[in-house]
Amino acid sequence: MNFLFDGRSYTGLPGDTLAAALLRNGVRIVGHSVDLGRPRGVFSAGSEEPNALVQVGADPMVAATTVELHEGLTARSLRGRGRVDPAAADERRCDKGYLHADVLVIGAGPAGLAAALAAGEAGARVILVDEQPRPGGDLLNSRVVLDGAPGQAWAASAAARLAMLPETRILSRTTAIGYYDHNYVVAVERRPGGERLWHLRARRVVLATGAHERSVAFPGNDRPGVMLASAARAYANRYGVLPGRRAVVFACADSGYEAARDLAAAGAEIAAIVDPRGGPDRVTGVVTGVVTGVMTGVVTGTTADGDGVLDGVLVGDRLVEADLLAVAGGWSPVVHLFSQSQGRLRFDEELQAFVPHLSAQAERSAGACRGVYGTAAAIADGLAAGRQAAELTGFAQPVPVPRVPESDEPEPSPPAALWVCGDDPAASFADLHRDVTVADLARATGAGLSSAEHVKRYTTAGTGADQGKTSAVPGVVAALLGTGPGTTTFRPPYTPVSFATLAGRDRGPLSDPIRVTAMHDAHVARGAVFEDVGQWKRPWYFPLPGETMEEAVERECRAARTGVAAMDASTLGKIDIRGRDAGLFLDRVYTNLYSTLPVGSCRYGVMCTADGMVFDDGVTSRLADDHFLMTTTTGNAAQVLDWLEEWHQTEWPRLEVAFTSVTDHWATVAVAGPGARRVVAAIAPEAVDLPFMTFTEFAHGRVFRISFSGELAFEINVPWPYGRAVWERVLELGAVPYGTETMHVLRAEKGFAIVGQETDGTVTPQDLGMGWIVSRRKPDFVGKRSHARPDTARTGRKTLIGLDTHVPEGAQLTLDGRMVGHVTSSYPRAVLAMARGVGEGQRLVAHDGGREIPVTVVAPVFYDPENLRRDGDPFVQGGVSSFEPVRHSPAGNFAARFEAASKERVRLREVPFVPMWEVRGQDPGRGLRLGPAWWLVTGERPEGGVEVSGQRTVLEISGPGAREVLLTGCPIDLHPSVFTGHAQTSLAKAGVILERVGQDAYRIYVRSSFAAYLSEWLLDALTAYVASFRK
Amino acid sequence: MMLIECPHCGPRDENEFRYGGQAGVAYPERPAELGDEEWAAYVFMRDNPKGWFHERWFHTSGCRTWFTVHRHTVTHEIRP
Ligand SMILES: [Zn+2]
Repeated sequence: MNFLFDGRSYTGLPGDTLAAALLRNGVRIVGHSVDLGRPRGVFSAGSEEPNALVQVGADPMVAATTVELHEGLTARSLRGRGRVDPAAADERRCDKGYLHADVLVIGAGPAGLAAALAAGEAGARVILVDEQPRPGGDLLNSRVVLDGAPGQAWAASAAARLAMLPETRILSRTTAIGYYDHNYVVAVERRPGGERLWHLRARRVVLATGAHERSVAFPGNDRPGVMLASAARAYANRYGVLPGRRAVVFACADSGYEAARDLAAAGAEIAAIVDPRGGPDRVTGVVTGVVTGVMTGVVTGTTADGDGVLDGVLVGDRLVEADLLAVAGGWSPVVHLFSQSQGRLRFDEELQAFVPHLSAQAERSAGACRGVYGTAAAIADGLAAGRQAAELTGFAQPVPVPRVPESDEPEPSPPAALWVCGDDPAASFADLHRDVTVADLARATGAGLSSAEHVKRYTTAGTGADQGKTSAVPGVVAALLGTGPGTTTFRPPYTPVSFATLAGRDRGPLSDPIRVTAMHDAHVARGAVFEDVGQWKRPWYFPLPGETMEEAVERECRAARTGVAAMDASTLGKIDIRGRDAGLFLDRVYTNLYSTLPVGSCRYGVMCTADGMVFDDGVTSRLADDHFLMTTTTGNAAQVLDWLEEWHQTEWPRLEVAFTSVTDHWATVAVAGPGARRVVAAIAPEAVDLPFMTFTEFAHGRVFRISFSGELAFEINVPWPYGRAVWERVLELGAVPYGTETMHVLRAEKGFAIVGQETDGTVTPQDLGMGWIVSRRKPDFVGKRSHARPDTARTGRKTLIGLDTHVPEGAQLTLDGRMVGHVTSSYPRAVLAMARGVGEGQRLVAHDGGREIPVTVVAPVFYDPENLRRDGDPFVQGGVSSFEPVRHSPAGNFAARFEAASKERVRLREVPFVPMWEVRGQDPGRGLRLGPAWWLVTGERPEGGVEVSGQRTVLEISGPGAREVLLTGCPIDLHPSVFTGHAQTSLAKAGVILERVGQDAYRIYVRSSFAAYLSEWLLDALTAYVASFRK
Repeated sequence: MMLIECPHCGPRDENEFRYGGQAGVAYPERPAELGDEEWAAYVFMRDNPKGWFHERWFHTSGCRTWFTVHRHTVTHEIRP
């Protein structure tokens, strides 16, 4: 395999990491340190690497020890920190996925494999997550013999047994990076095309994350050629690479002897073994013959050649020539995830390491990560942990428990309690990645810092990409302070994660759900400019070729004031309210009266929160004695429905009333202007003579005579499928399309306040000059008592005013240098503001950045204050043609793309125009139960059903890969044993009802406004799935 | 991300729910008869314990049911 490093071409072998391949080619210097720019070499053989950080592709800073070599790999060494190149093309296609398990095992070393086997063979659903390309953990690096065969054979056979368990899933090349509340673990799977972020939820977790060998702080311990003993052993055993020809082993722990033996077996000369623990009794059988003697003592320094690469090791006054110094400083159990789970650690004096102490979650550590060293002991511990996890999740043991194999390893003996040695603290590195020396730490403790957390912040030790995994900092600080080692909090992520990985497929048009109306494609075709209102795309204005925004808005306004204009008002929230007590309920949540509203009439209402502040407004119409249709503002639709249900469920459950969202069911076309009757007559002749604030039914829906512009206006409501046809017809009849900007101009000119524009949660109806809408007759409504609170009842509050001068929205207003308010809405002919203690005719100063603009207070009505325009032009009888609208389904445009993308393993289609009903109260005996006393019924109309056929459409995904596609965006457990029927949940962040309709087939009931977004998302998910399946 | 047991739908991720604050704060029967202090106590004042807290949740993305749980505000342990 050919690869490029710093522009030079090299050859490596399949299975090499980039670090192994560089060592294979004799590359000793792989980068320069972050602050001091010192030459550095490969230090470890895993993700704990502090030195060998390189740039690969768009990834500015990755550990060469974790990069798998592939043909044509191009990497660069770093000088200092990596830098993101914003211009670099990132070709990755990252993804995410949600999985659930009874038992999640993290780490596939001896303990993890054993735990997964014990739990899996007991019948539990097991997920085994492991960082390496294949299971085995340290067995891949070692020459340990288990039951007379290489340890790797044991690992391979365990993995083969796991592969036969249908409910066990092994995620290789996958690093668990975060452990959150309630056994929620996030892991990153490295795939050739781009990472996948796994969201894992498990009833029990077994942590089998192993241990990191750690460094010792001695002078010159950062030179290329100084390496962890376990890493030297891994390069020799696993990759067949000799990291040096003549080695000194600094054996503070027994792993040094194992490294010496394996290096010698691979052909290296062992120049010396230095063991601070003492004499020949440490030389176990395994190293006999490798070295003549063991030096008792410590390494006190190193020497280097002209490039800074190691060429000698100082032990006291003796210099030993060597090009490799293998440091076995002892082991740090990998307690990061345990600590993230809020588990408490303790320091073990014998192991000289932090080990798990008290668990905070449904978790247990096994093997080296809890200080249980030795392969056989780790396997035994893993088996116990797996068996326990299975039992605790309801899987007793009908099967024989796997046996613990015999190991040829000697009994481990305690490591030396040595963290720092030599006498040049400024050259002794405690944190290689951050270039923090013993002298730096001494400065911190000398300055009076006595906690590990403070020392970390003062020196930056442990804050690098490697989080100090191999560093000697805790022990050095303890030695400086003369106390026991203190640990800092381990925080996610365990290894660095790129933002591209976190984003997954949520990029560009899929970065957030988008809602569109039934008329959206027509708006696009007309060249509308859109604005985002919540998740909605709303036409902002409709420019003609060559028109500026100002010109377009002026033209649209003129049409609405002098002719006829039309707006897509479908985004307004709509709630169907039914039940004997519906009127009474509305009396309690609105400030004004609804129980007295005649059937067939509409009334504008304001809702307050309990503190008396305006929460939402809209028009509610009485369809029948026990039946109302409420409209809400676009932005508050969901909150208002929540609000109504909260009061009903938690305070007034005895009121007989039910709420159904019909926002997406009804498409709404507002027709405004003195000529509106002519247009409406051609669609709904029965609406022509409607009095103001009434409505009528017509062949395809309802027409309401309500106005938000001061002009004669109608709102035509038709079910979603007819929305586009009605819109096109209205425009054919001569109405000029207008957008939200013109809507705002028209309403501001009339002085109508907008919730969220003039209000901000501190404004009462009275502040808006709308005391007239606050009932004095009703004994109570939500917010009433607060209107009598001293602060809301006082004079001198900010109230709605008008200004005579066009000053920018947000400008502050002052009177005699005192702040009195701010501008809330501003258009050339209408400026609204909220200000306190000012009256008409008063002169104020508006502040726009540095500019001071004199303004005069005027009444907040700029157009037709006498309301003479409301009834428009009389209707002149004309040729009225019949109107037969065509239907469009929400995902109708996707039919051809669905067809083209459907493959054998996954198929996608829309099932359009399914008649749907929501039923409350009585069980209809069919359909999908959505909640207590709540059903969705398809087909024939059930008794008391609210029609919602336009509210949702049905997308169907089927085939053996359907579940794998869905789990990239659906957080609930879709396992066939759990997900048997249906659920209301989210898919790709959009609310859906998901129904399993066959072995491999699902129906997705999605709100019509989300259908286009979800269709795009599903197509993207399907493409990603098909691509990954091919690999 | 917490896992919250909805009494109707079973365990679901926290982000399917809306938080409803302290449980058991009833709307006063006759607000008009309350003094300003008492009314302000209802509107604005809530407990904020370190430890077990009886609180309300609303399953917005699921069955749209309000329910209460006891949650430990330090450990996030949840029980019915
Ligand atoms: Zn629920």
